[in-house]
Amino acid sequence: MGYISEESLDSIPLKLLEMGCLPGAEVQLVQIAPLKDPLYICVNGSHLAIRKETASKIKILKSE
Amino acid sequence: MSKKDIKVALIGNPNTGKTSLFNQLTGLTQKVGNYPGVTVDKKQGSCKLSSTQNAIITDLPGTYSINPTSVDESIVLKTLLKKDIKESPDVILVVADVENLKRNLLLFSQIKDLEIPTVLAINMVDQMARKGISIDLTALKEELNTEVVLISARKNQGIEAVKAAIIKCHVAAKATPMCDNKKIDPAYFEKLKAINPNYTLYELWLMVTQKNFPEGISKQEKEQLLSFNKDVSKLKRYQHKETIYRYQEINKVLQKTYLVDKSKAKDVRARLDKIFTHRIFGYFIFLLVLLLIFQAIFDWSSLPMDLIDTTFAELSDFARSNLPTGILSDLIVEGIIPGIGGVIIFIPQIAILFLFIAVLEETGYMSRVVFLMDKIMRRFGMNGKSVIPLISGTACAIPAIMATRTISSWKERLITILVVPFTTCSARLPVYAILISLIIPDTKIFGFYNLQAFTLLMLYALGFGTAILAAYILQKTLKIKTTSFFVVEMPNYKLPSVKNVLFDVLEKTKAFVLGAGKIILALSVVLWFLASNGPESYKNAAQNTIEKVANKNLGVEELQQKIAAVKLENSYIGIMGKSIEPAIRPLGYDWKIGIALITSFAAREVFVGTLATIYSVGSDDENTTTIKEKMRSEINPATGKKIFNFPAGMSLLVFYAFAMQCMATLAIVKRETKTWKWPLIQLFGMTGLAYVCSLIVFQILK
Repeated sequence: MGYISEESLDSIPLKLLEMGCLPGAEVQLVQIAPLKDPLYICVNGSHLAIRKETASKIKILKSE
Repeated sequence: MSKKDIKVALIGNPNTGKTSLFNQLTGLTQKVGNYPGVTVDKKQGSCKLSSTQNAIITDLPGTYSINPTSVDESIVLKTLLKKDIKESPDVILVVADVENLKRNLLLFSQIKDLEIPTVLAINMVDQMARKGISIDLTALKEELNTEVVLISARKNQGIEAVKAAIIKCHVAAKATPMCDNKKIDPAYFEKLKAINPNYTLYELWLMVTQKNFPEGISKQEKEQLLSFNKDVSKLKRYQHKETIYRYQEINKVLQKTYLVDKSKAKDVRARLDKIFTHRIFGYFIFLLVLLLIFQAIFDWSSLPMDLIDTTFAELSDFARSNLPTGILSDLIVEGIIPGIGGVIIFIPQIAILFLFIAVLEETGYMSRVVFLMDKIMRRFGMNGKSVIPLISGTACAIPAIMATRTISSWKERLITILVVPFTTCSARLPVYAILISLIIPDTKIFGFYNLQAFTLLMLYALGFGTAILAAYILQKTLKIKTTSFFVVEMPNYKLPSVKNVLFDVLEKTKAFVLGAGKIILALSVVLWFLASNGPESYKNAAQNTIEKVANKNLGVEELQQKIAAVKLENSYIGIMGKSIEPAIRPLGYDWKIGIALITSFAAREVFVGTLATIYSVGSDDENTTTIKEKMRSEINPATGKKIFNFPAGMSLLVFYAFAMQCMATLAIVKRETKTWKWPLIQLFGMTGLAYVCSLIVFQILK
């Protein structure tokens, strides 16, 4: 569980933005694939699988 | 299509039930065509909106936004930017999933800014109560300033309302933008708008960002638009800003109209995901699914395939005995009927495979497989999405190659296309079957497992293993720079809709029959011509044979057989077979197998048919042995040994496992990659590999 940080706006690929990965949005890590990649996340109601490489471009602020 | 017909474009995110709605609206009037210049299938159908009004509905590929990242998605942009009266849509019907309305409205907002009359159909509203969702429809219509309809396409609810809304929207012909990009940077966008007032600001903006210019744009205007492209980072930043701005507007609308009560939501997704993507059970279930598919392909299809086989054989016999003798009847009996039969026989296996894939995709399971397999496939330069083409390849490489279109990274897609033909397609099966029965003894190993079945299994493993290995080598050698970008939506689990699955199977099977079938049929006719015509020696064959054997006192049957064999030997194809004999002798083949290798270029299974022709001349005699027996007893005059002995048979099996012998596949690869380079690399690379490996196998075993 965490929030997408505002400063990662420019580094998030446009396609991910369009699919709901917006700065400030709450992200939930649903599952990690058995071989540790890709990641299965839920953000803004979208359930997405993205590769770690892509995920590393998104900065997350932890929230408890 | 009459002039009055309303042209409707159907657009929506993937997994919104867009196809369900399309099927409900158009039913069996659907036709699949091609977009000019590109390879994506264009699905169209007609729909009676009212007693006086018809519509032509075009189903555009599913996309999350107008900004495309794959071949499929770029079609949407191209269609929408067209200002051609004949082609451009009068009304756009946007389908949205009620559960993901926010994200779905992003696409809607982009479409709205094109200022084309738009209807919004919110689908799967039957799920609202279960998910705790409520919508204020009147307010939503007002906020979005458009026609909004609540539907449940699978349950056939709200379809009439959609039709009425299309008419209403078409008559009103009003279209207002939802967002105004000028708010991002007024001066910048003012300047853009000034370039051509005939286009909306958003259209011009799309031309700049996507570098996609419709025909109505002059050269000078194009230059001006391209000048906006110079500052790439600014462009990118504005695209990001635009997306955020769109979501802000959407949020404003939804706050007033859309409510989710999470406490009422019930979700089976999480529980099913735990099982299907589990580190052990996940792969285990996938393996079971694969086994089930293979079992079905072989088991269920054998009966209809035998039926088709005998039907066409009988049809040939019937035609032969009822048509007057002559070249034309020969063409029909020996060329066209077996040619059509050779295509039809694949339908059962292909339809069963498509059935499974359609069900797996409809239920949402396929996305989980992509998720599970991505890391593994990536090691070999492919993508989680490559799994579907590789499975499809076991039926036929052609639909498999078409299924790679969803892979957005060009390198990963190309590698998948290049290696798919290594997987054991159904055309190889009859070849394997007859060769295995000739050279592998029908005994059991480990006390229970049939050795012949085991060999077949090994050949499957060989095909798949080679595909993976080839992909690995290609990944290391291909110098293509692409940003491998991978996002897969994990849709909700759903029960598959019978109608959607059947339509999908029907459409894909039809595409196979018409696409590959044409080539296979045409080649069959060409091969028939080459086999039944020849130079002088062919024409004199009958005369010469009679003279030669005049003193041997042969019966009529035997004489006929001799003549037919000499004729084939002297036909064009016989000459071709003989001329390649020196090249294939080191592999253990004679010119007769050479002929079969050449004819296999129509489709691999023609191998069996050709050998049947070569060995079965005169098979109407009841005393002659079966083709298999004849092949078994065939002796190589040079060595005095049997032709189909173990080394030659193994060498042939290996040759068929590797060689690129399918014109139809090459044609499809050319179409999908838009150059002859890749199909030629496939042709020479695979066939070269086949030659070398067969040579090694034969020389070692000899």
